[in-house]
Amino acid sequence: IVHKLIKLQIHFVLLISRQGKVRLTKWYSPYSQKERSKVIRELSGIVLNRGPKLCNFVEWRGHRVVYRRYAGLYFCMCIDEADNELEVLDIIHHFVEILDRYFGSVCELDLIFNFHKAYYILDEVLIAGEFQESSKRTIIRLLSTHDSMVEMAKEEATSIGNMIAQVTK
Amino acid sequence: MNPFSSGTRLRDMIRAIRACKTAAEERAVVRKECAAIRAAINENDQDYRHRNLAKLMFIHMLGYPTHFGQMECLKLIASPGFPEKRIGYLGLMLLLDERQEVLMLVTNSVKQDLNHTNQYIVGLALCALGNICSAEMARDLAPEVERLLQFRDPNIRKKAALCSIRIIKKVPDLAENFINPVAALLKEKHHGVLITGIQLCTDLCKVSPEALEYFRKKCTDGLVRTLRDLVNSPYAPEYDIAGITDPFLHIRLLKLLRVLGQGDADASDAMNDILAQVATKTESNKNAGNAILYECVETIMSIEDNGGLRVLAINILGRFLSNRDNNIRYVALNMLMRAITVDAQAVQRHRSTILECVKDSDASIRKRALELVYLLVNESNVKPLTKELVDYLEVSDQDFKGDLTAKICSIIEKFSPEKIWYIDQMLKVLTEAGNFVKDEVWHALVVVISNASDLHGYTVRALFRALQTTAEQESLVRVAVWCIGEYGDLLVNNAGMLNVEDPITVTESDAVDVVESAIKRHASDLTTKSMALIALLKLSSRFPSCSGRIKDIVVQHKGSLVLELQQRSLEFNSIIEKHQNIRSALVERMPVLDEASFGGRRASSLPNTVSTSNGTAVKLPNGVAKPSAAPLVDLLDLSDDVPAPSSSGGDFLQDLLGVDLAPATQSEGTSQAPKAGTDVLLDLLSIGSNPAQDNSVSTPDILSSAQDHKPAIASLDVLAAPSLTQASSSTASNMMDLLDGFTPAPPKPANNGPAYPSIVAFESSSLRLTFNFSKQPGNPQTTTISGTFTNLSSNVFTDFVFQAAVPKFLQLHLDPASGNSLPASGNGTITQSLKVTNSQHGKKPLVMRLRIAYKVDGKDVLEEGQINNFPRDL
Repeated sequence: IVHKLIKLQIHFVLLISRQGKVRLTKWYSPYSQKERSKVIRELSGIVLNRGPKLCNFVEWRGHRVVYRRYAGLYFCMCIDEADNELEVLDIIHHFVEILDRYFGSVCELDLIFNFHKAYYILDEVLIAGEFQESSKRTIIRLLSTHDSMVEMAKEEATSIGNMIAQVTK
Repeated sequence: MNPFSSGTRLRDMIRAIRACKTAAEERAVVRKECAAIRAAINENDQDYRHRNLAKLMFIHMLGYPTHFGQMECLKLIASPGFPEKRIGYLGLMLLLDERQEVLMLVTNSVKQDLNHTNQYIVGLALCALGNICSAEMARDLAPEVERLLQFRDPNIRKKAALCSIRIIKKVPDLAENFINPVAALLKEKHHGVLITGIQLCTDLCKVSPEALEYFRKKCTDGLVRTLRDLVNSPYAPEYDIAGITDPFLHIRLLKLLRVLGQGDADASDAMNDILAQVATKTESNKNAGNAILYECVETIMSIEDNGGLRVLAINILGRFLSNRDNNIRYVALNMLMRAITVDAQAVQRHRSTILECVKDSDASIRKRALELVYLLVNESNVKPLTKELVDYLEVSDQDFKGDLTAKICSIIEKFSPEKIWYIDQMLKVLTEAGNFVKDEVWHALVVVISNASDLHGYTVRALFRALQTTAEQESLVRVAVWCIGEYGDLLVNNAGMLNVEDPITVTESDAVDVVESAIKRHASDLTTKSMALIALLKLSSRFPSCSGRIKDIVVQHKGSLVLELQQRSLEFNSIIEKHQNIRSALVERMPVLDEASFGGRRASSLPNTVSTSNGTAVKLPNGVAKPSAAPLVDLLDLSDDVPAPSSSGGDFLQDLLGVDLAPATQSEGTSQAPKAGTDVLLDLLSIGSNPAQDNSVSTPDILSSAQDHKPAIASLDVLAAPSLTQASSSTASNMMDLLDGFTPAPPKPANNGPAYPSIVAFESSSLRLTFNFSKQPGNPQTTTISGTFTNLSSNVFTDFVFQAAVPKFLQLHLDPASGNSLPASGNGTITQSLKVTNSQHGKKPLVMRLRIAYKVDGKDVLEEGQINNFPRDL
């Protein structure tokens, strides 16, 4: 995949289970659908096969992939060669802590059945491949506001539905 | 209700998919769901639109095509409610990317949402825009985003800041609009806004020199203050990581300071104190602290020199390097690599530690360390460093050997202080990891050996010894076989003994044994076997007593299924049997290989060698150089290894064969003559006419037919001073010179240079483009194409631009064209060389689309076409 990517902090985020199942993918640089599947295949091959005590970085196609394993899930972020790998480890951990707070000790099933929520959370941590917010509290507060807006809309819809039902009875 | 109709909930679909035991089952479930979703889309179902999109996103994540859902995202985004928009924007970011044209349709909705009264909807739009906006959208929506940098809620300001980064990266011209609003963001207290504002400022400085100048003047002191306050701030639970307040903010401040300080002494001065404080006071027992130190070191290394600070930085890296945490060691190696340009001496001090890292159990660390060691090598330390690396080669992982071998070889080639050391080291590498040694490396070794006339005996004996210990390394076998063929006599008579050598006793028959085992060795490939056959032919003359035995070995291959081996076997057998009188002249020691032309093959070729290979080209009337040479030259295996570049091909053959061919070769001006010359030789060697030659002669050749109209003298001129179209073919054969020296030309035409007919790739009423093809030996996938444009009209073409596109399985590399203006009526040409690599070589033919733009009398003309008439097998 030959790309002249614009310099970004993070080119993509990948969540892969130990079995190689993709749990989340977010692409901040343009990759075609075909390239995406290729990247996922290649990287899961590399990352899943690395031993436990090794460093959390792999070199891959002129980029670095920083990964960290939490239980059966590998969180991977692809960055430019000249960027700060150690900080990206902290960004991954920051993301995981927020997932944990949001779901209340998060597990893989949460991320499967509520995959869209995992994306919403990621969108509060990163935009355009750049870091957005260091306060976990701010992010959780924003997310719950969003959620309550969705709930309100739902209730409204049902109550309107009820009213219509009553009127048309 | 059917459980797989669009009525299923998202959760149920995910369950159903997870319950699948096989991929086929999963596909079936997905197919049903997709069918239901399509149906719902067609009915314009509104109630379940967001649910369907959510399902599609899940299906998309599994890798199934979901393009049919793209318009649903747009509809959801256009609906009024927050929940619909939220899922719509998520779908947009997930299912589309900036290259899809559908994206343009969303611009208007995004614009409305950026102006929405609900700030959370504004946030959604900003996020989507930041993640996927294209250059067009960036232009259209930049004013909105710029305005939002001053929005009342900080959460919108921070999103707008990141969105602005995307915008200025897509359209750098827009940068100056953002300078003023960003200056305000840098004074904020909200960490999110500050972090994103600093990031935006950093990117602005990178795209705009004015921005850099502005922020350097106005903001350096403020940023230093912000960093100082942050470093000295009391415990803040909201931002604390491992006892440090907001390392993310630390790091972004350090990055921006780096950009501001680079190349400016005053700005660098202003930040020295705080950098020193960060470098000395940051706790380094946790990742967060190390991340800050790492960034701080990088900043210190990049800004203007302050001796004290740099010492501090290098010391931090030294500490990192001896850290037990692999991550820390990895980044230390990384940083040292960058530090080497700043302070090579300081990095050299850590050489032994770095060398240890080459032997680490972690592949990532090994790779980094090897790169670094490579940079550390110089004339004074090359010997001990190479020794360490070569010793390690013995015990290293198989999958690391390739990289390691390549680096060692490159070090040896680059820094070798003397020939004997070079040869010794290369033999060690060949013995340990000969299978990983690239062709050009052992080719270069053979050239060096050939030039070191005082070391011929030493080398052939060393190779003989090495082969006794291992015969598993292909390239070792090749080099040994070549040397034994050339210098077999020195092996047997111990001539030219060096003081460091122990004498060995090798009989003539021992030497033949070695070559015989190489040819019988199961793993030997065609190249090795062919080389062994030539070595045997040579030995048959060097060791007359073994001649009978050699003949038996050679004859064994006359029934070989490999044409090349069969042919060689028959030809050599015939030389041994019937042509005793010319044999010794035929197999004389190879003349010294010209180091300048072979050694520097990657550099530009010397005129000398061009003329040498033209010597071969002359033999064929139509510029299809190699094939004609094949039967004769291949047999003698000497073709292009002409030592004295001045001698023409004919003279050289004459010298070699001791046959007076002068009249024939000198009258090459007529196109018949060279063929006659070849025939004489063929007769001499009692070889029937070769099919390869017939092929080459009958190959249709557009270019050559054009040349045929010219007088013979003219075509000779062309050959003497190669025209641009032929330059590529002569360089190509020049590249092959070395190979031909001691490998056979395999039966594939790929190795025979420009055996492909030229084509007219494109022709319109005003323009013609012809392509000539050539390939490099050993790399059949890659074709070098030399394109020649001719103007058929009577007007000059200016601003001539040629563009080409190829499908995915091809890789295209365009070199700069020879000019951008094309004289009228064919009074000159533009040449353009292209390199195409065909990953489906042998399966799919080349195909190319082209677009040619130029101006005639100031008017733009555009021509387009597709080339489908490439010769097959390219």
